[in-house]
Amino acid sequence: MLKFLKVTTTLALLGTPAVAENLGLGRVALPEEIAAWDKDVSPDGTGLPPGSGDVLTGEEVFADKCASCHGDFAEGVDNWPKLAGGWDTLADDDPLKTVGSYWPHLSTAWDYVNRSMPFGDAQSLEPDEVYAIVAYILYSNDLVDDEFVLSDETLAEFELPNADGFIVDDRLETEHSKWVGEPCMTDCKDAVEVTMRAMVLDVTPQEEGAPEEAQAAPAEQEAALDPALVEAGEKVFKKCKACHQIGDGAKNRSGPVLTGIVGSPAGRVEGFKYSKALTEMAENGLVWDADNLHAFLAKPKTFMKGTKMSFSGLKKEDDLAAITAYLKSVAN
Amino acid sequence: MSKKTEEMMSKGPSRRSFLRGAAAGTAFVAGAAKAGTPDPLITEVQPWASGLGDGVDATPYGLPIEYEADVIRRNVEWLTADTISSINFTPIHALDGTITPQGCAFERHHSGAIDLRKEDYRLMINGLVDRPLVFTYADLERFPRENHVYFCECAANTGMEWAGAQLNGAQFTHGMIHNMEYTGVPLRTILQEAGLAAAGDLSDKWVFVEGADASSNGRSIPMEKALDDVLVAFKANGEALRKEHGYPVRLVVPGWEGNMWVKWIRRIEVMDGPVESREETSKYTDTLADGTSRKWTWEMDAKSVVTSPSPQAPITHGKGPLVITGLAWSGRGAITRVDVSTDGGKNWQTARLAKPGEKMALTRFYLDIDWGGEEMFLQSRAMDETGYVQPTKAQLREVRGLNSIYHNNCIQTWWVRPSGEAENVEVS
Repeated sequence: MLKFLKVTTTLALLGTPAVAENLGLGRVALPEEIAAWDKDVSPDGTGLPPGSGDVLTGEEVFADKCASCHGDFAEGVDNWPKLAGGWDTLADDDPLKTVGSYWPHLSTAWDYVNRSMPFGDAQSLEPDEVYAIVAYILYSNDLVDDEFVLSDETLAEFELPNADGFIVDDRLETEHSKWVGEPCMTDCKDAVEVTMRAMVLDVTPQEEGAPEEAQAAPAEQEAALDPALVEAGEKVFKKCKACHQIGDGAKNRSGPVLTGIVGSPAGRVEGFKYSKALTEMAENGLVWDADNLHAFLAKPKTFMKGTKMSFSGLKKEDDLAAITAYLKSVAN
Repeated sequence: MSKKTEEMMSKGPSRRSFLRGAAAGTAFVAGAAKAGTPDPLITEVQPWASGLGDGVDATPYGLPIEYEADVIRRNVEWLTADTISSINFTPIHALDGTITPQGCAFERHHSGAIDLRKEDYRLMINGLVDRPLVFTYADLERFPRENHVYFCECAANTGMEWAGAQLNGAQFTHGMIHNMEYTGVPLRTILQEAGLAAAGDLSDKWVFVEGADASSNGRSIPMEKALDDVLVAFKANGEALRKEHGYPVRLVVPGWEGNMWVKWIRRIEVMDGPVESREETSKYTDTLADGTSRKWTWEMDAKSVVTSPSPQAPITHGKGPLVITGLAWSGRGAITRVDVSTDGGKNWQTARLAKPGEKMALTRFYLDIDWGGEEMFLQSRAMDETGYVQPTKAQLREVRGLNSIYHNNCIQTWWVRPSGEAENVEVS
């Protein structure tokens, strides 16, 4: 199975306890500690905790915890990953790689959701929620019907459509055997024509950071909201949507609801567990006026050391002005 | 061309850095041209030659002088949904030598760069070992340690260029790479401390390595590599790792794709087989033209790029002596030779290596020419100790198609104009 079957001297030596040298460093890992960290799940199901979840429960959990990035139907929001669709596109110009169209093992989806999701609130899901979410992802990919239940007993048997779509790296045979030897040094081709230019596409970012190019100071906050600025701010708010909701029906996610945030005292959203840092600053009278919001959103961790908000900050003054205008516009 | 494109082009980085550079170049040329006129920078006493500079404690930890403020990592915003799970690029066009300063070495995070104190750091070894162990940072410092220089290249470096010339600058096309001197403990030593007798026959065993951040990025590494040259590293270029590179401890997997160099490494599990984690199935697998995908494409093949002149580093001095320079590397051993072409691959000259190539480390090459001011199509072509010759993009596409994303090690072309401006192009 493996291409590295040769057993080296090192391997042989290490396999012999008599030769192994032990420095007596570290301490024995306790079973509780191993259980807390050893959560990876293998394709044969090793590592799965007992539990189960059905499609309909999954739909609810997904809507609550995943849909802000991945869409209600796992179709993906903006540049966030699409989890469904793409069937039969792998040989196309622009393949759509989803759990249904590309992933070889269902264990991978369970393992990733369990250990790494939701984004910004990882390792917060109960095993049954993970089973339900994965069941819903299968349903979104038309791989199961709405009565489907996924459990630790059925997961390893579930075969994904692209399970056989992978080969072990064969570059040594298909490429290295050809691309060796003394290369051509003179008169290697007749003509050299430009066939593609990056300047035509022009998707290269502009250079920033040189001192003479520092952004202009923020414009004075105007009393009346500029509709264009609010609209621009709504676009900037896409960066916040992974964790924050605003407006009608907004709920707390990994970040609190932001409706009416501008001008409000900090730490007032019900049901949200704030960081110690924010609570302390709120107790000291922090109000989210335009200036404080601006400073916080420009450099969250500088403005509030210890904040739970993992966002690195908005670098452009235009964006800061726009987001403030947008937040102000959604007052209730 | 649309109005917008036109507008963007006139403001594009290449154009702008060229103009900035050209202005400086004009000043130099003017100084040289008026050889008969005394240079006031020499004849007049300058403030710095008369007054006093900063005291020793002005910058307890120094940063580059303000005049180098544009030598920074840069992000390509449209590549990813946000900056937390994203990547930026090393300004290789502005660096020389081979060691990448930590402060401008590219970053790749899956859940952001975390704050993890040495005091809070733990490393667990478990699975098929005789004694599952937990080490503190202080424990790691008591193992015999080694120093090695290795490059770390993201498998997606140059990945945006599969379908055509796209990003205009060596930083963006080839900047997902850095090269540092690491200090650390061989993984072999640490596994030995836990004891591998329980694993039995090691030839089909793996280790699963996992980070402490929320993405808990995990990869499976075959035991042979784990026992060969993998390092558990805590220093880079002589000082502590930077937060963005995994402070306080990261894994160094020489020659293999950067995703396996797990940052904030917290757990190493000896296993019977690969976990087939998200990072080794849905990502970091290379889809071929027929829709099948290669997995376990760990090694980074031999590759090179001219870093200057290049779109962000145009020629500003006019014709005459010109230093063409670049970087070459191979994940399968040492670079043995680099050839440079100025005519798009018709004819090649062997470049001078700054020093003999080192295994799995960057090699700097130079070609010193007398430029006549003519148009050039600059290319470089690396060879490594296995005899492998860096392929053209056409050769790669023939085998792999356009959808591999990862492992694009093709020969790069810069079209240098008589004005000295350079552009990323593809040539026949």
